[in-house]
Amino acid sequence: MSSVRILVGTRKGAFILTSDGKRAKWEISGPHFAGWEVYHVKGSPVDPNRLYASQSSGWFGQVMQRSDDGGKTWNAVGNAFNYNGATGTHQWYDGTPHPWEFKRVWHLEPSLTDPDTVYAGVEDAALFRSTDGGQTWNELAGLRTHGSRSQWAPGAGGMGLHTILIDPSQPERIYIAISSAGVFRTDDAGKTWRPMNRGLKSQYIPDPNAEVGFCVHRIAMHPSRPNVLFMQLHWDVMRSDNAGESWHEVSGNLPTDFGFPIEVHAHEPETIYVVPIKSDSEHYPPEGKLRVYRSRTGGNDWEPLTNGLPQSDCYVNVLRDATSVDTLDECGIYFGTTGGQVYASPDGGDHWSAIVRDFPPVVSVEVQTFS
Amino acid sequence: MNPAETTRIRVVLPLHLQRLARVGSEVQVDVSGSVTQRAILDALEARYPALRGTVRDQATGIRRPLLRFFACSEDYSHEPPDAPLPKAVAAGTEPFLIVGAIAGG
Repeated sequence: MSSVRILVGTRKGAFILTSDGKRAKWEISGPHFAGWEVYHVKGSPVDPNRLYASQSSGWFGQVMQRSDDGGKTWNAVGNAFNYNGATGTHQWYDGTPHPWEFKRVWHLEPSLTDPDTVYAGVEDAALFRSTDGGQTWNELAGLRTHGSRSQWAPGAGGMGLHTILIDPSQPERIYIAISSAGVFRTDDAGKTWRPMNRGLKSQYIPDPNAEVGFCVHRIAMHPSRPNVLFMQLHWDVMRSDNAGESWHEVSGNLPTDFGFPIEVHAHEPETIYVVPIKSDSEHYPPEGKLRVYRSRTGGNDWEPLTNGLPQSDCYVNVLRDATSVDTLDECGIYFGTTGGQVYASPDGGDHWSAIVRDFPPVVSVEVQTFS
Repeated sequence: MNPAETTRIRVVLPLHLQRLARVGSEVQVDVSGSVTQRAILDALEARYPALRGTVRDQATGIRRPLLRFFACSEDYSHEPPDAPLPKAVAAGTEPFLIVGAIAGG
């Protein structure tokens, strides 16, 4: 019998929501790590009971947790994230050089083939990898020593490495994204990296050929077609058909092209989802209407999905890691809000309902499918 | 104090660290030699590895800014990490307190 497990990271702990394949009734466990910020929880695709969680606090710093039983029990693992070699500097808000300082783990990406191997994207931006189930972490320093690094600058939320995509057809190829440096790609498992930001535009970057400096919010791919990438840029929804070598805008008829997450349907590589947000000055939906927008054409033509979502007086945000899809025959899509709701649609976005309404602000949502 | 002498020290932890280490509000750790902040924290982290990095930064060894160290009703947070703590702490009659700042939401 099929089932779904949702791993929810919030500002005050982690929660695990489970349902059978109907996705109508849900059981809730948590809060795990109560009172701590949980930026991300994600499971291994080869051993779904192996979960990794990033737990942090302004008082006590970064703690990493691992579960080997699907989140029933957890154990703290290694939390030493030491930059490899000279720390170096990046650009600070006032334009001056500022030394790299580790703050927290934003995103965890388990290996596609080995449950003991997991990547961690951290603030200040760097990529770490553990090959022993999270006990020890080593920086893939080729990224942070890229020649452009002195130009990297933090976004409003810090200089976080927030997206890690592993190409399933060639796992040596990994994409990462940093706010606000942009997208980088490695083709040699992290030894060397190239910026992949051609075609991105920002009104504050006069150079049309700027290599870095872009506030990429999120990138996504469908595993069957890894050369096609979708991006929610700060403003603009973008698409690449050549593995990030160049990007073109597909915002089309969206009411606003500002937003944070972008997601791809599990079975339809040209069906993508975004959650438009009014502006970078007002981080809430336009007109107080919470609408997910779906394109079945890989962008440009978008339709609002509203059935079951609040269409008045709604002023929540949906953060970059807070959407996910399941892989059941009828693809389910899920998202969490800064207002503490987790919404689910078991039919690709046509109908929505809230699984919970009163969680702490939701930072991340990941879905595991058991068929 | 004889450098080889081992002293049993009482340490009071804030709630979140109690949960992380899966202990009660007070733990005991054995410290060899001079009883200092550094010696106590080294012993605490060795006994409870889950606490590594939560009281002081792993890379710099510096106390986390929103934590304070108290003993015998005095604030020792700004004392050098290798300065001896009061005899009552070394004697085990008074605990070394790790206190989280009352701040935030």
